[in-house]
Amino acid sequence: MYQYDDNDRRIITERARQFRGQIARRLSGEISEEEFKPLRLQNGLYMQLHAYMLRVAIPYGLLSSTQVRKLAHIARTYDRGYAHLTTRQNVQYNWPKLADVPTILDELATVEMHAVQTSGNCVRNITADHFAGIAPDELEDPRPYCEILRQWSTFHPEFAYLPRKFKIAVTGAPGEDRAAVRFHDIGLRIVENERGERGFEVLVGGGLGRTPEIGRVCRAFLPKRHFLSYIESILRVYNLFGRRDNKFKARIKILVTALGIDEFRRRVDEDWETTRTPELELPNEEIARVAAFFEPPPYEPLQTSDRQLAGFELGRDRDFGNWVKNNVMRHKVPGYSAVIISVKAPGTPPGDVSDTQLDSIADVADRYSFGRIVVTHTQNFVLSDVKTSELQRLHAELVALDLGKPNANKLTDVITCPGLDYCDLANARSIPVSLEIAERFDRIDYLNDVGDVSIKISGCINACGHHHVGNIGILGIDKRGEEWYQLMLGGSPGNDASIGEILGAALAQDEIVDAIERVLGRYLQIRESEDERFIDTVRRVGLEPFKQAVYGSVAKAAAVGG
Amino acid sequence: MLIIRNRAIVEDDFVHVPDGAELPAAGKPIVTLARYAGAREELLGRYPALGVRMASDQLPGDIPDLDRLVLIAIEFPRFTDGRGYSTARQLRDRHRFTGELRAVGWVLRDQLYYMERCGFDAFELKPGKPLENALEAFREFSVTYQAAADDKRPLYRRR
Repeated sequence: MYQYDDNDRRIITERARQFRGQIARRLSGEISEEEFKPLRLQNGLYMQLHAYMLRVAIPYGLLSSTQVRKLAHIARTYDRGYAHLTTRQNVQYNWPKLADVPTILDELATVEMHAVQTSGNCVRNITADHFAGIAPDELEDPRPYCEILRQWSTFHPEFAYLPRKFKIAVTGAPGEDRAAVRFHDIGLRIVENERGERGFEVLVGGGLGRTPEIGRVCRAFLPKRHFLSYIESILRVYNLFGRRDNKFKARIKILVTALGIDEFRRRVDEDWETTRTPELELPNEEIARVAAFFEPPPYEPLQTSDRQLAGFELGRDRDFGNWVKNNVMRHKVPGYSAVIISVKAPGTPPGDVSDTQLDSIADVADRYSFGRIVVTHTQNFVLSDVKTSELQRLHAELVALDLGKPNANKLTDVITCPGLDYCDLANARSIPVSLEIAERFDRIDYLNDVGDVSIKISGCINACGHHHVGNIGILGIDKRGEEWYQLMLGGSPGNDASIGEILGAALAQDEIVDAIERVLGRYLQIRESEDERFIDTVRRVGLEPFKQAVYGSVAKAAAVGG
Repeated sequence: MLIIRNRAIVEDDFVHVPDGAELPAAGKPIVTLARYAGAREELLGRYPALGVRMASDQLPGDIPDLDRLVLIAIEFPRFTDGRGYSTARQLRDRHRFTGELRAVGWVLRDQLYYMERCGFDAFELKPGKPLENALEAFREFSVTYQAAADDKRPLYRRR
């Protein structure tokens, strides 16, 4: 993984010193609260409902065990004993004291971590496929490009006061998009052109929030050497022409829609033609220098383990078999597998990990996976490089740590935002709904029967829980001071990107999980075969059968009563 | 009035002339782009050192005879309105403007470093903000990753 050099260390140290000075000048009154706000946000410090929240950057989700132990230490020492995994592959602490923040940042700096640009109207943490570097379907590892972008975007002088936040994701797997690149301000897909050269397909203007949009193709093939200059021109056009009069219309997707993708592209090209200097070109040597940090770990030469995996799935140990079936992913190196550690257990808010769990995950990673851990945007962990022959031992250890849930990509692997329990933007609580889902459907046979289905919950229209792209999406709304929930079906974040449609009238908190159960019951009745996934059934039959399942009886009762 | 120019505190030798206000007999006026556009030849003939003030939604391409101006002032109506950073870069990189590039309006100490990197060399701080310690802002970082108006080479070409 990437290691800081003297330059990186100096930049982060100097930033910490700068922020200390800014806090001092805020306390002396030289800076107003209004003027301080963007400074604190761009250092990761948010003001939430009850307290400050500190969001720590995890570039493209990749952590060393040393860093995970530091995150555990911070959770134990400066928070209430847990950390929270976010949907941008970051970690946040919900209860730090303002006075402790500079010390926390110093602690982070000792393990080459920071909290810069995790908030505010700037380029945020760059995200990537969580199976980067190991996926069998990958054309090229996207992480070197993420790291190049991380450096380019860190304290970029021109783009610290954009109209709104700016999110970039990169995938190197053309066949399956696990990074939701079509729902980012800029999505980058490593592709090959007809001459066999590698480059990027550049998508622009995707996003969720109030106005969900699927990213549009800004450039079908961008040669690698123009990577930074072209992205810089996109940002410049956005910075100059993006709306600043209305926060809710300020994201780049609104500009792209207003101008049309052709006019947007023309403006980008116009700027690019005059600003792409030879100096800005990305030399192959620089790509190679950064890529060297992401060289594969020293794998042992092993035989393929596909048959072994198939045996595990069907074996007598059903818990282990289910876990292998659901949480173990194929690896491009023979004899190795990737493991999803589910942080979605009944009774715990999705994405919350305790300090002891973090320490244990670090230990497990050291012993089974070269000391590396990846945070997924679905709020779980991945151990990327586990020997298939050691899976059974690893599984037993994870079960003992309460981290062995076999529910990856299943119904109870819910994505949620913090919701009204923490967030002052929220209209409704998200966590209780996810907890009820976790409890209601905590039966492995049912989960396996229903198959791959994603539920995503947001407590408000800002869509931090990505509800638009859930196969089942839930949006919390406020009706006369009460919490209600809208149900939507048919969203998907991947190559088959789609935005969910609202099923019908909003449901009360005590109705929403019943409604999900009825939707799933109808799916099980009408699917063409066990191989037809939930999303495929929804696409085939439309919303009507599900409407009837959820509202039919209500409508009938109302008719009889009337 | 005191301003920061080339990282030093100096007395301003220019004078802002709002639309409708009377122009000085001599000296170095800064007029709005609208006034300049309406009487360009006259103004350029009358004042050897003329400056033009741009609103945050105006673009460098809107300014005729850019190379005959000695100063462009870019307005920051709010400190969070970041358009001026890109305008400055376009003026320097694309239009090769070499005169004084001045940030005016809601300009704060904590913006100076980024502004300078984008090509500004003069700053009128928001009234009431101390100038002395503001100069420290230029020296807060000793390394930068990106190419910008101050150095055309990204860090990877400076190693």
